[in-house]
Amino acid sequence: MNSKIAKAIKDSKAYLCMECGKCTGTCPVSRYNHGYSPRILVNKAIRSGDLNLLKDKNIWACLTCKLCDERCPAGIEYIDLTLTTRLEAKKIGEQALCSHGGAAQSLMRIMTTPELEQKRLDWIDQTLKTTQNGEVLYFVGCLPYFDVLFSDINVNTLQAAKASIKILNRLGVTPVVLPQERCCGHDLLWSGDMENFEKLARHNIREIKKSGAKKIVFSCPEGYRTFKIDYPKYFNTDFEVEHITEVISRAISNGELKLKNLKKVVTFQDPCRLGRHLGIYDEPRKAITAIPEIQLNEMARSRQRAICCGVSAWMNCSTYSKSIQRARLTEAKDTKADLLVLSCPKCEIHFQCAMHDEKAGEQAKIETVQLVTMIADALEGE
Amino acid sequence: MKQSVKKIKERSDHSTVQRSKETFEPKIVAFCCNWCSYPAADGAGVSRLQYPTNIKIVRVMCGGRVTPSFVLKAFELGADGVLVATCHFEDCHYMFGARKAADVHKVTEKLTEMLGIEKERLKLDWISSAEASKFARVAREFTETIRKLGPSTIKKKLDALNESIEDE
Repeated sequence: MNSKIAKAIKDSKAYLCMECGKCTGTCPVSRYNHGYSPRILVNKAIRSGDLNLLKDKNIWACLTCKLCDERCPAGIEYIDLTLTTRLEAKKIGEQALCSHGGAAQSLMRIMTTPELEQKRLDWIDQTLKTTQNGEVLYFVGCLPYFDVLFSDINVNTLQAAKASIKILNRLGVTPVVLPQERCCGHDLLWSGDMENFEKLARHNIREIKKSGAKKIVFSCPEGYRTFKIDYPKYFNTDFEVEHITEVISRAISNGELKLKNLKKVVTFQDPCRLGRHLGIYDEPRKAITAIPEIQLNEMARSRQRAICCGVSAWMNCSTYSKSIQRARLTEAKDTKADLLVLSCPKCEIHFQCAMHDEKAGEQAKIETVQLVTMIADALEGE
Repeated sequence: MKQSVKKIKERSDHSTVQRSKETFEPKIVAFCCNWCSYPAADGAGVSRLQYPTNIKIVRVMCGGRVTPSFVLKAFELGADGVLVATCHFEDCHYMFGARKAADVHKVTEKLTEMLGIEKERLKLDWISSAEASKFARVAREFTETIRKLGPSTIKKKLDALNESIEDE
């Protein structure tokens, strides 16, 4: 057996599988795609040869949302096994079916070019204070590219970046924003492309060290996960990282942020990277409920049980993804909320896309807003 | 599909060896629609109109099929320029395809510009099936533009980075 897979089975404790099938029962993909089963994949990993596992198309269907890890009575870390499987499968020439014709992946691979002169900071206007060198860095991520690539479904993910800088400015911080920042590599890593992930990561680490930043603030949960878990694992980095919701909730506890009234009923979508991957559930809720007169109605499945937005790493978008998204939007609508609060740019893109579908129907139509944008708009004196 | 991508990669790797500025031969990918621009290119051949061999034609059924991913993939694999050639709006075989191509092209243009790829490297043109001489002219002019711009930074610097990582 492939030694890496063998090690992954050991590390993820996959050998403890007792075939109860709870992972398949809870998996949002299996609910609609009956050909996909995490339990069968774990079984394949343990019992049959590598090729049998690595050549299975289903290894790319996983959303890596970690819901099965949460449920597994044996405590198997399924997504860690999935990641290793994908990295190994890529080595023998297997690959995922990329959505959007692989445009997102091409963008990221082009970004591995070291001396690229990107023009990605046009959105910073005079009201936002940023700098080139300093202690705190705000990591924008791929947001400028997303807004162009998905301009046909009217997403505006950059609003979250603007709002984050505005909030940091309000707290007396002038964040560094890198003009030649690259994609964090999250999507390439999860689609098994270690080679290009490494290039992007090395470039980012070099640029950040050059700027002298010690602390990095994120508004994108995927970037946050990658910097917090994956960069230290592969490159021994020791940056202090924080998500913007953590910054906001701390500032609210210290009384540094004063918020205006907003008489609305809202519900919150836990992004899988922020929630199950990093265990941040309370901070976003604290930030939302700090707005006077707001009412937060939780969805039937929230926190650890929250359902993913249906696609990850720009792979395998299909009718199953659409079904997951429609079901989740209906769940949000059922809370009688006026607004669905999101805190991940991908959730915004995927839900907007699902709502643009003619088949979606009124039951799955709800207004969405990014958490940081909502807080920035509610700041007193705006 | 995978095989063909592999072959293209091998070919482009091979050609990077002779990519110094003096001997620079631009590699240009042209996406031509089946109903207008491709017959125009064909017509140019039949009428023995000369145009540079740097243009590598990929036939697509409609210019509207050329999504940002096509163009980005071409640049990623080391193309120095990309030409998208479609029907004129009024003679589009699918009525709306050429207009769609123009809309999509705006998105692609913004993306490549944001990436720092010179905007001259990407061109959209409308060539009807009767305009063989126009095809030859566009091909000649575009090749000259790219020749003046020099090699695309993307592929070359990828190799440079590979070396720098090995050194570290």
